[in-house]
Amino acid sequence: MAPIGKEWLVRKALLVMALVMVFGLALVIFFIAKESLPAFTEAGPANLFGSTWDPGSGRYGMLVFLTGTVTTTAGGLLLGTPLALGLALFLTQMAPRRSRPLFGRVVELLAGVPSIVLGWLGFTILVPWIRKVGGGSGSGILAASIILAVMALPTIAAISRDAIEAVPDSYLQAAYSMGATRWQTIRRVLLPAARPGILAAVILGAGRAIGETMAVAMVIGPASVFPTSLTSPTHTLTTKILVEMGESTGVQRSSLFAMSLVLLLLAMAMVLLVRRVSGSRMPEGSVHA
Amino acid sequence: MSHVLAREGEERPLLRVGLRSQKSGTGVDEEGHGVKFRLQGLCLYYGKDKILEDIDLDILEHRITAVIGPSGCGKSSFLRCLNRMNDLVEGCRVEGRALLDGADIYHRDYDVTSLRRKVGMVFQKPNPFPKTVYENVAFGPRLYGIRDRDILDGIVEMSLRRAALWEEVRDKLRQPALALSGGQQQRLCIARVLAVEPEVVLLDEPCSALDPIATQRIEDLLAELKESYTIVIVTHNMQQAARVSDYTAFFMIKGQGDPGRLVEYGETGMIFTNPADERTERYITGRFG
Repeated sequence: MAPIGKEWLVRKALLVMALVMVFGLALVIFFIAKESLPAFTEAGPANLFGSTWDPGSGRYGMLVFLTGTVTTTAGGLLLGTPLALGLALFLTQMAPRRSRPLFGRVVELLAGVPSIVLGWLGFTILVPWIRKVGGGSGSGILAASIILAVMALPTIAAISRDAIEAVPDSYLQAAYSMGATRWQTIRRVLLPAARPGILAAVILGAGRAIGETMAVAMVIGPASVFPTSLTSPTHTLTTKILVEMGESTGVQRSSLFAMSLVLLLLAMAMVLLVRRVSGSRMPEGSVHA
Repeated sequence: MSHVLAREGEERPLLRVGLRSQKSGTGVDEEGHGVKFRLQGLCLYYGKDKILEDIDLDILEHRITAVIGPSGCGKSSFLRCLNRMNDLVEGCRVEGRALLDGADIYHRDYDVTSLRRKVGMVFQKPNPFPKTVYENVAFGPRLYGIRDRDILDGIVEMSLRRAALWEEVRDKLRQPALALSGGQQQRLCIARVLAVEPEVVLLDEPCSALDPIATQRIEDLLAELKESYTIVIVTHNMQQAARVSDYTAFFMIKGQGDPGRLVEYGETGMIFTNPADERTERYITGRFG
């Protein structure tokens, strides 16, 4: 009976761990919701989602920061996705077979660069460069987008590569045997067949960009106003929480929790979106006799 | 045995296709069918491995030529020499000459996409694209720049009719091709090839994934298609070769690691009733390894 007893113990232990995780997530959501409650009751949703942040006169609007998060994320994806797709195509279609693992390793290493390192490079090199070339303060949406593009690139490239590799070779063979060139095959067969996976990759990249704090904080400005150009200082949800966290109390503190809640919901929406997108995938190579 | 035409040299295969002219590329058989493909001393290598050795073979226009032989004898690789699909294999090299209408398809200046347009291919497993039935057939014409809706509609209908599939799918043109049965998918792949009006159709064991009824339909179809096309079919089903083909080529390897050679080539009736080579006889009577 000893083995069965051991088995039972392991199973129960794993169950407890799984429950702890579920319970932990529930606690996180519950706690953030509870702490942001005063902001909703005392300041009110209209105030919270307004465009003015001025705690001194009781204004707790997060619209500026939400705008910052959405624009920098979109900018990062806009710059990063074509690069990442190009990289994934190069890795799967062009690179000599023997050097593919090497390039793949480089992409993984890029994913491992600490965000503070990228932020520091952005602060010391990118921002001054933008200031010199484009005018303005140099920091702002453009700089943050570029940094986020670099950060999202490995995620999007690696997952897109997997999606592209999962396209059955028989599709490509069919296209080539019809006289399609390599580019025609990529554009008309490979990319359409890999589209669900590539979409999932972009959304996961967006999830990464939405939550990024440190690197963005170093190049975003900061200023609690709407940007007037791509190179004027502003804030995102994450960076605003970062700079305010130490010195806020009462409703102001609660409104930071409300921002966290919005961030959390955004990130979760991305995860759910990925599930939807990859769930609707065409049956791959479901060729049956 | 009036038209036995053995070539000089002991190792040469016995050629029993009666050709008035062996030297020029315009030879005809007794029924007036010209030479479509003329292979001279064709050798195929994958890296250091020699896959095919010294293949001499004339493939006649508007005839069905079957390629038979035991597994691993290089018959599929041979087929892929005819539309240069072997080019996609890294380290692949071809020696000797392969003339299509007298022009060497391995010549530096020969455009491989135009070759594959002329020499279409149907694969072992049905491999329609994960697109609609319509888009599968329209793929080739679109590749060659046809955009006009009416013209495309006409090509799609005509190709599906030729592939004996129109009646079954005329109401399903907008449905995914992967929803069709295996036999329908394979005929769709044939329609996809016919849509670019090839001159030669290569079929690589096209029925090996199909049930007997679907196989029957493909075989009936081949008999109709040879009026307009030159057909080369690789099959390991000897009854199929006997049923559908006009000429049969028997390939064999001596042992593991040896290159495939053409043992015997001639009219299908002769090959199956009165083979000249003992090995051919052993193979077709099933007394083989």
